[in-house]
Parts: sequence; C-alpha cells; structure tokens
Amino acid sequence: MKISGAEAVIRCLLAEGVDLVYGYPGGAIMPVYDELYKFQDQLHHVLVRHEQGATHAAQGYARATGKVGVAIATSGPGATNLVTGIADAQIDSTPMVCITGQVGKHLLGSDAFQETDIIGISTPVTKWNYQITEASEIPEIIAKAFYIARSGRPGPVLIDITKNAQFDEFEFSYEKCTGIRSYNPVPKLKLDKVAEAAALINNAKKPFIVFGQGIILGQAEEQLKAFIEKSGVPAGWTILGLSALPTDHPLNVGMLGMHGNYGPNMLTNECDVLIALGMRFDDRVTGKLATYAKQAKVIHFEIDPAEIDKNVKTEVAVLGDVKEALNAILPLIEKRSHDSWHNEFKELYKIEVESVINEELNPTNGKGISMGETMEMINKHSKGDAIIVSDVGQHQMFACRYAKFNSTKSNITSGGLGTMGFALPAAIGAKMGRPDREVVAIIGDGGFQMTIQELGTIFQTQVPVKIVILNNEFLGMVRQWQELFFDNRYASTKMINPNFVAIAEGYHIKSKKVTQREDLDAAVAEMMASKDSYFLEVMVEKENNVFPMIPTGACVSEIRLS
Amino acid sequence: MEDKTFTISVYSENNVGLLNRISGIFLKRHINILSLNVSESEIENVSRFIIVVDTTEKWVQNIVGQIEKQIEVIKAFYHTDEETIYLENALFKIQSSLLFDEKQIQNIIKESQSTIVTVSRDFFVISKSGRRSEIEELYAKFKPYGIMQFVRSGRISVSKEKMEISSLLEALN
Ligand SMILES: Cc1ncc(C[n+]2csc(CCOP(=O)(O)OP(=O)(O)O)c2C)c(N)n1
Repeated sequence: MKISGAEAVIRCLLAEGVDLVYGYPGGAIMPVYDELYKFQDQLHHVLVRHEQGATHAAQGYARATGKVGVAIATSGPGATNLVTGIADAQIDSTPMVCITGQVGKHLLGSDAFQETDIIGISTPVTKWNYQITEASEIPEIIAKAFYIARSGRPGPVLIDITKNAQFDEFEFSYEKCTGIRSYNPVPKLKLDKVAEAAALINNAKKPFIVFGQGIILGQAEEQLKAFIEKSGVPAGWTILGLSALPTDHPLNVGMLGMHGNYGPNMLTNECDVLIALGMRFDDRVTGKLATYAKQAKVIHFEIDPAEIDKNVKTEVAVLGDVKEALNAILPLIEKRSHDSWHNEFKELYKIEVESVINEELNPTNGKGISMGETMEMINKHSKGDAIIVSDVGQHQMFACRYAKFNSTKSNITSGGLGTMGFALPAAIGAKMGRPDREVVAIIGDGGFQMTIQELGTIFQTQVPVKIVILNNEFLGMVRQWQELFFDNRYASTKMINPNFVAIAEGYHIKSKKVTQREDLDAAVAEMMASKDSYFLEVMVEKENNVFPMIPTGACVSEIRLS
Repeated sequence: MEDKTFTISVYSENNVGLLNRISGIFLKRHINILSLNVSESEIENVSRFIIVVDTTEKWVQNIVGQIEKQIEVIKAFYHTDEETIYLENALFKIQSSLLFDEKQIQNIIKESQSTIVTVSRDFFVISKSGRRSEIEELYAKFKPYGIMQFVRSGRISVSKEKMEISSLLEALN
C-alpha cells in the first residue's frame, strides 16, 4: 500500500506503541500535523506553548513511565527551541525521540526560510540523529530511533525529515529494529567480575553502596533491595537514584553530593569498599576527585563502558545490565549486618538533625515559612505516594532532601543539566503518563517564569497537576552562593515578581497564596484533595540557605553544616 | 601522566555526519587533532579514521571510550608510535628550471628516495612517503632552492599486532 511519508511517520509511531506526543506545528512539519489530525483517535497530540515545553513534557512522561517520550517541532526556530530539553535528556539518560520538519531536499544548504542545520546543532547533545531526505527511509530510521533511544543507556534521538520526504508516497511496511551491527547496547556480563566483586564485598569491614538512576532505568529496584538487605550494606543515593529505594528503608542512609546528607558524604572517605550501582560519579557527587574515596576499593556496576575509570579508578568493573548483575551476585553475597558501621551513619545523622534538619523543619519563632517544612507538609498529605517533579535551585535541593517516596520513578528532576523551567512542563508529561498518580511540581519563582506559558497547556488539556511555587523573591540558589562566596554582593538575583495567583487564575487554574505558617496545612490539604489542577504559592523565608553543602572543588568530607 | 603521541584508529559505518560527531569529542575536551585521515578500510563498506593526538594515556582511553559509544562506530583502538607502522605522504612543487640548473637537486631526489610525479615546462612535483622527520628533512633540503607549494597528508598507519576487527564483524554479522 502506497502512503505519504507523513502518514508513514504516524504509522511508525503507532507501531512503536506511542499514544501521546508533545509538539508545536509550523510550515516544515505541516504534512505530519495534517496526518495527526486524521489519526487523532489513535495518537493524542498535546499542543504545548513553546517547543522547550514539548521536550520537558516528553521527558517527564518518559521518567514517570519508563517509556520513550516523543516531541515534534517544525524546522528552524521550532527545532532550535528543542535543544535545551534534548541536552537535558542526554545528560540524564532519558529516552526521547524528537521529530523535526526540514525544508525540502532541493533547498538544503541554501539558507532557505526557516532552514537550520539541526543535525549539526544537535549532534553533541543526542545519542544519535539522522536527516531523512527520502520518504522510503522513514520506517527504517524511525525504528532505529526508538531502538537506540530506549536500549542500553537510554538517550535522546533526533530525526529531521525534509518536506519532500513527508509528501512523497512509497510502499509502506514496518519492522521493529532489534539490533545494529555497530551498536552493542548491553555489554555481556562477565561472571568472573561478579565473583571478584562478591569476594571484595564479603571481606569488607566498611562497605558502602551508592546507587544512581541506573537502578531505575534497569528496573532493578527489587534486586537492589534484596542486595542491600542480604549484604547489610548501607546505601546512599544520587539525586537521580532517589525513589529507587523507599525513603524509610532502614538501610537507606540518604543523599550524596553537594547538598546531600552529612553521613554518606563524610563516610565516603571512610569506607573500605565503595559499590557504585548505575551511577557515573558526577562531579556534584564526588567533589574534588583527588580526595574522593581514595582509601576505598571501588566496584563499579555500569552499562556504559565509557564511564568506567572516567572519573574514578575502579578496582572491579562489572559491565552489563545492573539487574542481571545483581541477580548474579546475590547468591554469592554472605549475610551480614555491619552494625557498628551503621552506627557511624546514625551518629552523623544525629549531628545533621541537630544542626540543620530540626531548624529547617521547625523554624524558630519569628522566621518565615521554610521550604523544608513545606515539603514536610506535602509529605503529610501525600503520604509519600506522589510523584514529585522539582525545578532547579534551592527548592530542588529541599525537595530532594525532604520529600518522602514509597515507590520508584517518583522523583523527577533535572539532574545533570540543571535546567530551570524544567518542572512545569515535566509535571504535565508525568501526569499524562501516570494519570493514576498524584503529581506535584515544586518550583522556584525564577524557574517558574522560564516556562510559565505552559499554564496554558494545563488549562487547555485540563491535566490535573499540582503546582507549588516556593517564592523567596530571589534566584535563591545563586543568592546563596553570592552570600557565601561573593561577599553578599547580590548581583541581579533579586526578583520583583508579578501577581502569580492572578496569572494562574487568568488561565482558569484554582489558586491560593499562603503567607502565614498557620495556613499552610489547610492549603496543602485543599490542593491535594483537588480533582483539578491547583496552583499554590507559598511565600517562604527570603534568605534561607540549603545546608549541608560541599563547596565546589572541596572534598566530600569537608562538607559544611552551616 | 605525561603527554605522548597516540594514533587512534576508528572502524565505522560509512555514514554522513559521523566525522562531525567524532571531531566533537575532541573539541569538547579541547584537544587538538594533529592529523586526521579517513578512508576505506580492508573491510567492505567500513571506513577507517586515523587520528593522531598528543595527550595522556588516561585521556586517550577516555576519548576512545566516548568514540566507541557513538552508534555508527564499530570499534576504536589506540596505539603508541612503537606499536604501529606509520607514515605520511608529502608533495613538493618546485620550479622546473632548478632541475636542470641545480645539479644538487637531482642528488637530493635520489638520496631521499622520493619520486618525481610529474614534470612540466614550469614546475615539477616530487612525492615523498615516510615518517614526519624524513619529510621535514627533505623540506629543509629543498627550502634554500625555493618551494612553490608543499602539502603533507594525515598519518596513515597499521598496527604491528593484529586488530580483532574482522573477527568481531564476523561475530556481529
Ligand atoms: C536555564 C538556567 N539558567 C540559569 C541557571 C542558573 N541557576 C541555577 S539555580 C538558579 C536560581 C533559581 O532560582 P529560583 O527558581 O527562584 O529557585 P530558588 O533557588 O530560589 O529555590 C539559577 C539562576 C540554571 N540552572 N538554568
């Protein structure tokens, strides 16, 4: 059967199980939009208000569901607006396929209207990209795109399709991609490495696990839990590993890195065996590399060979699928409890509670509402069952430090790129992907204004996301750095803000503003009970700081409590 | 770790855009490529990149890891100079009159084992293959007489050890 390239695009998406795409139309992608109109019963298209929003929504969808997120844009400015979200997905290993329209093949390279070299622009930030210039290439390339995006270490793929290829007709057939000769997504697990790792762990006096998003991407949450429980090894998480293990698990010792917990950071430089599971030793986690866990033998469970020894030298590298590796190591692990080692974490946690956490969760009289107590209030009403989508800044660190999670894929945040403006559209995607779950976005007054237009998407689609703005009238995180490292010179970090509630109401979203502590409980309760989307602005203490903190370039055990 | 010269060999699918991806890896790390050669390899439809850089072993390992990660790259290797047979190619364009007027020129050509590619009324062209130092030596010898044009190719090399690329491909196919 002969069909147009544009129709082929839709049929390929359907064949890949896609039922929801985010996008924004324009000249060079109009044939595809025309088909979207025809196929609207099978493939739902969400019109965002800016293409960046399409990528973040696709990311939120992917992170909440584990499926591939899809974003569509036109050529030129439409395509370039995708770049931030693509870069974000690349560094956080989020599976995403972006489809952009392109000028006709005969115009390529001529600086035609809305022509931009999106292949060149997106090359450094995609896992793979490809420009289709003939309709007949569409099925094979889209099949490849989905295979590459979701396999191995996932990532974003961009497919650019010239307009002639969208119009031309060809004989359509579709076959899913199952392998590419030059691409080995999952290295074969070596059992001798697993045995070596097990021997090190069994002989360790002070072993310590650090786990990252690899656990979630590899669907190895059950294995992680079993491994921790049998080995008795305390486990800390990176910001993207958060929610892979329930917050309340007794062996969960907290967050690593710049604003992580005191114990896990301090004891990274005490442990004798460091077991890294699906994490990549980001510099926000390691601090100064020259002093990072130097005393420890490092075992690295990792799917991406390029990450081995990239930042931290390993003693044993267990390459392969983390779930398979954990299944293989479990029978080799001896049952232990490591009580006195656990106590070291508990002692340090006590110090952190006394010097930081108590004050943050129960601020002394006279102080404004804190971000931490707002998170506690959300915990109280969500009971740990919500998906928390956070933006970037102080509120993000408070959200990740204090939010409670009972189940996996519940913490969605921009980790590697730190993209302000991420949370509002990502929350839309998360809620659409998981309509059965409560989705709460936590956003700063700065980041909110970077993608505030997506309130329009919320209104139009009626997607019931909950939005909490923690308003400190500052670009708080930058202000904190100015206070600590730039002698209080608050260069361009003070925000004079508009009436956010009026704006949200302008989009017909139920709204409330809280300025007094005594109103917080009822407001959060009302928000969580709402069946519709809800906007809650909380005026918080202006010049609060996030502690603990490891200053840039310092060693993890130089973590500061104040 | 000290800097050394490394020859990176990349076997890849013959696809548009890959050069961009690979050069981007060096760009990101601010590493200068000393020489680059891309051509067909001994395997049908497989291209081979030969990239020469001065860097540390740790960096070259990292870079090779990043290169191998690219979807179209089949396999990448790195070698030190001791582990490869390598050479470059150079062309010298020189005024024809010198060939007859300057006796010494003919001796230089003979001694350097270079070959005359073409001779015309105005100029003649000499080709020389060899190590960088041999080409530079020849350059120094011609220089006093005047060189109209000079060009040198990227390094090409083969490893002394067997590269496991063919058996790898067989296993994949
Ligand atoms: C797109 C983008 N621009 C700039 C930054 C740098 N940056 C990091 S945090 C921050 C301040 C965020 O302020 P706000 O959204 O109000 O959150 P707060 O820190 O006050 O909680 C800035 C400007 C960034 N991460 N992303």
